[in-house]
Amino acid sequence: MRFTKDHEWVKVDGDVATVGISKHAADALGDVVFVETPEAGKSVAKGDSFAVVESVKAASDVYAPVSGEVIEGNAALASAPETVNADPEGDGWFAKIKVSDASQLDALMDRAAYDQFLSTL
Amino acid sequence: MTDDQLKTTPLNAAHRAAGARMVGFGGYDMPVQYEGVLAEHRWTREHAGLFDVSHMGQCKITGADAIAQFERFVPGDYAILKAGRQKYSLLLNAEGGILDDLMAGKPDHDGLYVVVNAGNKDADFAFLRDNLSGDARLTVLDDRALIAIQGPEAAEVMEAHEPVLAEFGFMDCARLVLFGVDCFVSRSGYTGEDGYEISVPAADAERIWSEILKDARVKPIGLGARDSLRLEAGLPLHGHDVDASTSPVEGALTFALSKSRKERADFNGADRILKELAEGPARVRVGLSVKEGAPAREGAEIADMDGNIIGNVTSGGPSPTLGCNIAMGYVPPKFAELGTELKVLVRGKPAAAEVVAMPFVAQRYYRKPKTA
Repeated sequence: MRFTKDHEWVKVDGDVATVGISKHAADALGDVVFVETPEAGKSVAKGDSFAVVESVKAASDVYAPVSGEVIEGNAALASAPETVNADPEGDGWFAKIKVSDASQLDALMDRAAYDQFLSTL
Repeated sequence: MTDDQLKTTPLNAAHRAAGARMVGFGGYDMPVQYEGVLAEHRWTREHAGLFDVSHMGQCKITGADAIAQFERFVPGDYAILKAGRQKYSLLLNAEGGILDDLMAGKPDHDGLYVVVNAGNKDADFAFLRDNLSGDARLTVLDDRALIAIQGPEAAEVMEAHEPVLAEFGFMDCARLVLFGVDCFVSRSGYTGEDGYEISVPAADAERIWSEILKDARVKPIGLGARDSLRLEAGLPLHGHDVDASTSPVEGALTFALSKSRKERADFNGADRILKELAEGPARVRVGLSVKEGAPAREGAEIADMDGNIIGNVTSGGPSPTLGCNIAMGYVPPKFAELGTELKVLVRGKPAAAEVVAMPFVAQRYYRKPKTA
């Protein structure tokens, strides 16, 4: 699993990246009450806002950690947004993206580097 | 404003020790949540929540002309208000715009005790200092903390400490010794629930806070849940749902206009306010039930069924009690009738909404049984 400085995570299987928000991000948001995930077929560029996550208080953008084409948004989050708090780095995934440029993954942090980054915040 | 410019309340260390997440609000470093907004919201609706609202402004207005002078800027009749009662009112500018909303009462026999919003208090106090004339003095009570306990079990909790509080009805107030110290207390709040607001000397705040929290029915509640609770109760938040450009008529706060004061038309902005009462305002604050999609928050546009933009949401979010999204906003009066179907635009997407009555969640204030 790799992480961005915006607290998204990416897990790659072949050329498909599953993307979500880190436990740190989910904890910081607090109770998630609404998630808007992208539809299949949407193409996203690294850094684009591709999903929205809302706590009781505020809406936050989720940025694509890699470029590619969305092959699936996590439809289960529409009726159970609290899954993002309960299992942010598992069942609370936001989307699966078919990666168009695998080299973008190299720039992302591994768990140790992300933990180190969190400790500087 | 950076964090190190934030002021702290006398309970700051207690919040930090309890693991609260702190944010800047109204110039103060305040707890936004302890265990989580939803859990705290529900706890308050089911049990009793304890709130540090010491950031709010407390003052006394005293002197022979105190009430007459105060009434120049508020539309409530404080001259006839009985001792031991308080009343919600609005501080108005010359144009009838709402500078702030406030609670003012007669807890003792020494003028008025007034509580105003944190973010406005410096401006409010400056305004009053500049404008009160004759024998009327403003004394800011900045050596006091303010603690609110709210929820269906609040009364039982407080009666166990101070049996005298059982004798209070909604909006009764008094100055008396509680927890061994000089307090101002009222049976009121900002959640729609029964409960009390207690002004205590700053030096005693932490002791009293911990004393009340010893009761298992009480949990500390942050500003996050305070906001969602007041939203469900239909209560406006100044600076968002009403502001200096909004009149009491537009803000759907005409209950704050006392009949005698309307007849006398002797308060700031009376011309505009009476004209709006007679002819209708250009816009009015309504409650909206948002039937689909994301929460509609402050700034979201409101459209009619033909897609014309007719107004804006001023606050909104999920209602934990109702399980749907609710909002307040302004629309022209012809769209304000209950049941009117509208759209709210969230990130450009229209979602179905309906004008509904406020409060969204029934208020449960304690009204004393009438004695024969």
